[in-house]
Amino acid sequence: MTFSMKTKKQQILNLAGWTWSWIATLALATFGPQFIWDDHQLLTILFVGLNFANGIAMVIANRHFFNSLDELQRKIQLEALGITLGLTVIIGITYSLLDTTNLIGADAEIGFLVGMIGIIYLVSTLIIGRRYA
Amino acid sequence: MKNKLKVLRAEHNLTQEQLAKAVEVSRQTINAIEKEKFDPSLMLAIKLARLFKTEIESIFIYAKD
Repeated sequence: MTFSMKTKKQQILNLAGWTWSWIATLALATFGPQFIWDDHQLLTILFVGLNFANGIAMVIANRHFFNSLDELQRKIQLEALGITLGLTVIIGITYSLLDTTNLIGADAEIGFLVGMIGIIYLVSTLIIGRRYA
Repeated sequence: MKNKLKVLRAEHNLTQEQLAKAVEVSRQTINAIEKEKFDPSLMLAIKLARLFKTEIESIFIYAKD
């Protein structure tokens, strides 16, 4: 796979497009039943399925984005993913433990974990990227 | 690993951007190699050697520490 800034930019735009449409379909599938189509089951199933299919397209776009990177950029992404995976497992299990042992008042929410993954990935990519600047 | 990439690039009057384009990597990668923060793959080392019409060992010097 050859590297070119144009290809990389195209893949970033492609990934951004699929990510935003995934968020949009997730919002529709979450709030649509209550606020738009009045709990119509068929429409709910349709939008949940659409959101899932959109998620698969987002994963494929992410793979294409990775393949458009050069070797240093891949190394940075790989290190950031390794840190993100490790911290997610550790923090996720601790968070779940805090919930099951009633050390926190509220229930453990998956949204917290997803948000945390995004923040750790972003911060670790920036920190590791600076090391090679 | 030590290297003479910056010297060779200067001798050939190339900017980091031009060299990066010639060997199909990002400017950041060329910069990281020049600063000896990143060791290139064999494929990239071969591309650089061919571009400068020299041998890999003339650009990259293996140093244990």
